[in-house]
Amino acid sequence: MEEVNALMQGFGVALSPFNLLLMFVGVVLGIIIGVLPGLGGANGVAILLPLTFSMAQQPGGTTSAIILLSCIYWGALFGGAITSILFNIPGEPWSVATTFDGHPLAQLGRAGNALTAAFTSSFIGALIAVIMITFLSPVVAGFALQFGPPEFFSVYLLTFCAFVGMSGGNAAKTIASMMIGFALAAVGLDSVTGTLRLTFGFTSLLKGFDFLIAVIGLFGIGEILETLEEGLAFKGASAKINMKVVLETWKELPRYWATSLRSAAVGCFMGIVPGGATPASFMSYGLARRLSRDGKDFGNGIVEGVVAPETAAHAAGTSALLPMITLGVPGSPTAAVLLGGLLIWGLQPGPLLFVEKPDFVWGLIASMYLGNIAGLIVVLTCVPLFAAILRIPFSIIAPVIIVICAIGAYTVHNSMFDVYLMVVFGVIGYAFKKLGYPLAPMVLALVLGDRAEENFRNAIKGSQGDMMIFFSNGLVGGLTGLALLLLFWPLIGAAWRAVLGKR
Amino acid sequence: MEKGEQGSAASVKAVEIGVAAVIFLFGALVVFDSVRVGAKWGDDGPQAGYFPLYVGLLICFASAAILVRALRDPVLAAESFVSREELKKILTVLVPTVVYVAVIAWLGFYVASTLYIAYFMWHLGKYAWIKIAPVSIGVSVAFFLIFEIWFSVPLPKGPLEAALGLN
Repeated sequence: MEEVNALMQGFGVALSPFNLLLMFVGVVLGIIIGVLPGLGGANGVAILLPLTFSMAQQPGGTTSAIILLSCIYWGALFGGAITSILFNIPGEPWSVATTFDGHPLAQLGRAGNALTAAFTSSFIGALIAVIMITFLSPVVAGFALQFGPPEFFSVYLLTFCAFVGMSGGNAAKTIASMMIGFALAAVGLDSVTGTLRLTFGFTSLLKGFDFLIAVIGLFGIGEILETLEEGLAFKGASAKINMKVVLETWKELPRYWATSLRSAAVGCFMGIVPGGATPASFMSYGLARRLSRDGKDFGNGIVEGVVAPETAAHAAGTSALLPMITLGVPGSPTAAVLLGGLLIWGLQPGPLLFVEKPDFVWGLIASMYLGNIAGLIVVLTCVPLFAAILRIPFSIIAPVIIVICAIGAYTVHNSMFDVYLMVVFGVIGYAFKKLGYPLAPMVLALVLGDRAEENFRNAIKGSQGDMMIFFSNGLVGGLTGLALLLLFWPLIGAAWRAVLGKR
Repeated sequence: MEKGEQGSAASVKAVEIGVAAVIFLFGALVVFDSVRVGAKWGDDGPQAGYFPLYVGLLICFASAAILVRALRDPVLAAESFVSREELKKILTVLVPTVVYVAVIAWLGFYVASTLYIAYFMWHLGKYAWIKIAPVSIGVSVAFFLIFEIWFSVPLPKGPLEAALGLN
């Protein structure tokens, strides 16, 4: 029970009054970010990241900084449910499935029940995922301590192949988007050879592209432009929630224990795979509809239809942090931004973190428990306040959000060039979203590009250019093989169906 | 997107082809530059262009596949990417935004932001000046307090701040 002791120490770190305050501040900010159009977990954290630079320099400050930022993430996950249920606008892609039954419930005048069910199942999903992280992450990290460059590269390969194979979209578009990310990551000074790459004589490109700017532009400005098309007014159901409704819903919820557990399992598993939260929410909604006794009523507004996607999405969003802290491979764009934060604060994400910075890691894990409790309390008590934010006219909120994005982009490096870049990324984000190019692979490639390349180089340097290094032992061979299996999964699936169909 | 067949400003097919072509050119640029810096095996391991060369090639292959598929698809031409109406709305936001980030450099963040929010409220929201002034100035003052004073993160300032002695 070594983990339990470590976790208790983590609670000691996380329970300081200052960190508790940061938790509530983070959750409230996160919910606001999740509710506002154009701001989501990823760019919200990216915009606020520069504000933690000075905080992270104080002793123990990195733990406080990660607690603040990760709580913004939990808040944003909670906030997504509010807009889905009340306004039928999914704040995040993984909240789409929540609208199927959440909004009909709100139209039936049962918004309070839908919200309570959503928040409670989010909390349960997160809790199960955090328990998994508590016990699984030391094991994974210990395992990963033996990793060398070939193993790390094959883990990255696995991450990116999973995107191509599991996303279900157009594979060529996923690859294009991802490789653009890698190319942008390569821009600037090559640290190994000292060569300038892809700068074409422009001095402003020397430092390369910062992924934070890309995240703010792609998700922030891009989404505002997209929202504009759909119209400027938000029409929403009113958000009445009181203790009676909460207790009434809580009495109903234990009936769906099977759906909860199944969705949490789907979420935990899919969350470790990058980009997993959205498919996880759809998958568990589909499973619940098929397996539930009330399956035919799904879509007309039943509580179980809210429980299934919310539990899975929140479990997936939380477990996306497991590969981030143990391997340095983020499972979602927001986790990628958090990873970028660690790098900026001077921490090396990966298995060594557990050995060198146990306070940081266990403080973070403990704050996941506490942050989600804080989140549940805040959302249950303050829903009407947050819903009121969406009633601010778009002609006021839109320019304010763009101003916030511009400030966020500027403060990363105190550079105006970054603000111009942000607008360019905004236009790219708008066009890509409408054409069905996924944005998450680009962001992940931008974050991981340098590290993937470094490990690739070191690996083939060791083998004198022989690519068979990636199959040289059981571990690395297994990882590479799994990566290739995932990459060609759609083809394998099609072939399998063809064979079965013939019989 | 369904509404705009006559009012379409661009078909999905045209945009899809255009974007794929731009991506292809970008990939070609990456390949070209990788070869320039050297994409072979050097004395001490792979050269600087070794990894980006494959990245560039994959960009070219992927965008070529998208391009070919878009050229062959008969349905895409009939679909509207953006209607004239929608495009107009987007430009009413995008153009001021470009102007806004361009003027930050000489007006400073706060004055530019005040004007930008005021323009939005006036043009899109049709508010009266009596409402526009307090909101736009209030938001900028709030940002000033948060960033300059609370978090001590300095943002670019212009002539107004200089005149007020706030630099």
